[in-house]
Amino acid sequence: MSTHDWPLWEVFVRSRRGLSHTHAGSLHAPDAEMALRNARDLYTRRSEGISIWVVPSAAISASSPDEKDSFFDPAADKPYRHPTFYEIPEGVKHL
Amino acid sequence: MTATVSAEAALALGDDALVLSHRLGEWAGHAPVLEEEVALANIALDLLGQARVLLSQVGDEDELAYLREERAFRNLQLVEQPNGDFAHTIARQLYFSTYQHLLYGELAAGGGEFTALAAKAVKEVEYHRDHAEQWTLRLGDGTEESHGRMQRACEALWRFTGEMFQPVPGLELNWTDLEARWTTSVTSVLDRATLTVPEGPRTGAWAAGAGRQGLHTESFGRMLAEMQHLHRSHPGASW
Repeated sequence: MSTHDWPLWEVFVRSRRGLSHTHAGSLHAPDAEMALRNARDLYTRRSEGISIWVVPSAAISASSPDEKDSFFDPAADKPYRHPTFYEIPEGVKHL
Repeated sequence: MTATVSAEAALALGDDALVLSHRLGEWAGHAPVLEEEVALANIALDLLGQARVLLSQVGDEDELAYLREERAFRNLQLVEQPNGDFAHTIARQLYFSTYQHLLYGELAAGGGEFTALAAKAVKEVEYHRDHAEQWTLRLGDGTEESHGRMQRACEALWRFTGEMFQPVPGLELNWTDLEARWTTSVTSVLDRATLTVPEGPRTGAWAAGAGRQGLHTESFGRMLAEMQHLHRSHPGASW
């Protein structure tokens, strides 16, 4: 039995109700059920979570570091895209 | 020791948890994969927590764990069996955690001295049982090699399973009913894992079963020597 035969899984943990699942790390497991259990043991044993997702790492499409400039640089000099030119109405607390 | 607690029952349950915890701890650094090593250590720590509560009801937990001789331990012979290969560890886990889950379930509902501990521990043990079931299914219904090893492990440990249902003084339970439910549960897992339920005797001549009376198997002495030597060599040592 070797982890070389086991697929890699990405683990997402929701720490409490109302928050979204956050990437916690990855692990090896033979199938989804065992991946969930391994995730429970590796990432939630100090009460870090109330819900876990596991996703096969192979199912994730990621942006490439080579595309960094074309993807992200154009956003750097567009301050008008940030909502800093509005006056915030009174009574709006969580903007 | 408080007057209400049956010391004998607390010792039996506490020693089961302590000894199995130590056995599972032996996997640290040796488990087949890192993820499984953490899972086994997690289970070991749950059991250690239970042992501390139970032994503290009887006396000083350190004295009881580190300074008792072999014959003073009241654990089942099943839990002291060596880890063997991974299949042996899983078979031991399946047999014991199914038993402990049913037992704590009864104690949690029973309103006796162990209600509070059992109510908390039964959730931990439910996970231990599930962990053992998942692995039994995968090893039994896996490759020819894993099937063979899992079958051999189930058979090798079968003779230690009758002892679990010897009534423990201080625990008012229907032991016959507990055994029937244990057999149903384990049979269901083994069936689904394409394994054959062992046929050998579970009580009587060839079966084991005097751990509750303080008689233990050969390997237990070695395990205790390893578990106790630090405390005996350096009494009162702390980090």
